[in-house]
Amino acid sequence: MIPIAGEIAGKTIAEKIFSKRANCDARAGDIVVADVDFAMSQDGTSALAIDAIASMGADKVFDPEKVAMVMDHSCPSPIEGVSAIHAKIRAFGKKTGITVYDWGCGVCHQLVPESGKIVPGDLVVGCDSHTCTYGALNIFSTGVGSTDGAAAMISGKLWFKVPETIHVIYGGELPRGVYSKDLILHLAGLLGVDGATYQALEFSGPVIDALSVDARMTISNMAIELGAKAGLMAADDKTLAFFAERAKRLGTPLVREPEPVFSDEDATYVQTIEIDTASLEPQIAKPHAVGNVCGVSELIGTPIAEGVIGTCTNGRLEDFAIAAGVLAGKTIHPDCRLVVAPASRDIYLDAMAAGYIQTLVEAGACIVTPGCGPCVGTHNGVPSDGENVISTANRNFKGRMGNSNSFIYLASPATVAASMLTAQITDPRDYV
Amino acid sequence: MTTTAQAFKFGDDINTDYIISGKYKFKSNDMKEMAHHAMEELDPNYYERVSAQGGFLVAGTNFGCGSSREQAPLVLIHSNTKAVLAQSFARIFYRNAINTGLPLVECDTSRINEGDALEVDLEGGIVNNKTTGEQITFAPLPPVMATLLADGGLAAHFNKNGGFAL
Repeated sequence: MIPIAGEIAGKTIAEKIFSKRANCDARAGDIVVADVDFAMSQDGTSALAIDAIASMGADKVFDPEKVAMVMDHSCPSPIEGVSAIHAKIRAFGKKTGITVYDWGCGVCHQLVPESGKIVPGDLVVGCDSHTCTYGALNIFSTGVGSTDGAAAMISGKLWFKVPETIHVIYGGELPRGVYSKDLILHLAGLLGVDGATYQALEFSGPVIDALSVDARMTISNMAIELGAKAGLMAADDKTLAFFAERAKRLGTPLVREPEPVFSDEDATYVQTIEIDTASLEPQIAKPHAVGNVCGVSELIGTPIAEGVIGTCTNGRLEDFAIAAGVLAGKTIHPDCRLVVAPASRDIYLDAMAAGYIQTLVEAGACIVTPGCGPCVGTHNGVPSDGENVISTANRNFKGRMGNSNSFIYLASPATVAASMLTAQITDPRDYV
Repeated sequence: MTTTAQAFKFGDDINTDYIISGKYKFKSNDMKEMAHHAMEELDPNYYERVSAQGGFLVAGTNFGCGSSREQAPLVLIHSNTKAVLAQSFARIFYRNAINTGLPLVECDTSRINEGDALEVDLEGGIVNNKTTGEQITFAPLPPVMATLLADGGLAAHFNKNGGFAL
């Protein structure tokens, strides 16, 4: 919609953040060079970023406080190639003074929000496609490649096309046994894996308001699976409490006061989708595409050999509370095994203090180092030929977990945990 | 400038795990070596077939969806893929390709067949299918991307200008 002269149309969250960071009246479709508040890369992308920085003739970053590199995809290192990459990251950290998160710290998408170095209203880039996770915290964060990341790390700037926004409003109440993971899988089924390409998603409505910060991050994390550049939510008391709690735990103030950004009532959206969640059932994405989604009832009884609970999608405290609730006092079926990977060391400690880890280990789970776990197929639970895996991760591409002849089903922590009791895809509503 | 090569046809939603599997990006940082595994999930002989003569990778919608790995355009470049022609591209891959110097053509690929001889004029926005005789036109790159590609990618752009000059 083109505003009539004298009339100024409202803005989306994305347009407001880009207006501020590029110091202009940014509108969807504009190309801007904007100031970046934080830039990050992980162990699969850092080596190329470090090389790109060198090829740009730089030997330092624009501000070491605003750059981090995280070893999370393959920790502790399983092979020499990874060890060499990790050594390169450590050496770059020593040289430049940036924050380096070594083995066991956790997944980049949990560590950066936990760090106190980003706050609502910020613009963040990361050399990992799931950087969109922090949209749940009212931060415009997006994944970029290593050369883009390198440019941001040395200049503090990057060029962006200001995205159009699709508004998704969730009404009603979440039925028992249905979680935020089911909402985003359902949306992936609805819009398809390129349904939001080049665009931002903005999530709102009473169902989003009622979710915890942990649960909201699951939704924003998967925005990229629909092709979106960001998955944004407004900030509320829960968002601000998350940051206040982090500052307290870190013993240092946040990098700056949060500046929550809200979309205007007359903001222009390219599409508005209203979803009533009252009749939603637990969802599953079938192999080998995230948009290949159906209700759990269609798949009841499908044999399962391995389960995964963790990753940047569902490796948070609430996820382990749900899984422990399903598995408490029970034993995993002998025909399957369960890998659990906390998203960060703090979450690991909290899950131990709450007794969830004890419960999961007693049920028969393998707990692995905080990090990406088996999701990227480099170690920690590569399936064998012909096996079906049910996972809380965000991708089920063929070969994703390291074996092209295995099959990955994506689901909520409750559905994964329930399926571990039967070694079959199981409706979690019978167990929660 | 026009480039002539053979079409190697693939489908929709070709993700970056299919372009280069995650398991390889941790084994090496040598793109020439990694290029031998380009597209192997869908065509184990892609490298052997394309590397000698060069080729155009032709796909459907949403090419390059998935991860942010820049190894994806790099292994295509090092496998002698001259350009990727697709109905549409995923966003991060699109940026990475331009930043690393891999030309992309967004056009109607539905009538291009495996093995067709294609002549691509990037500046002119024309694909000549010499096998079928069809001519397909496409919109040239937006100015910002055209500048970056003309400079030889983002790193070269930075070296030339000392930062962003867009």
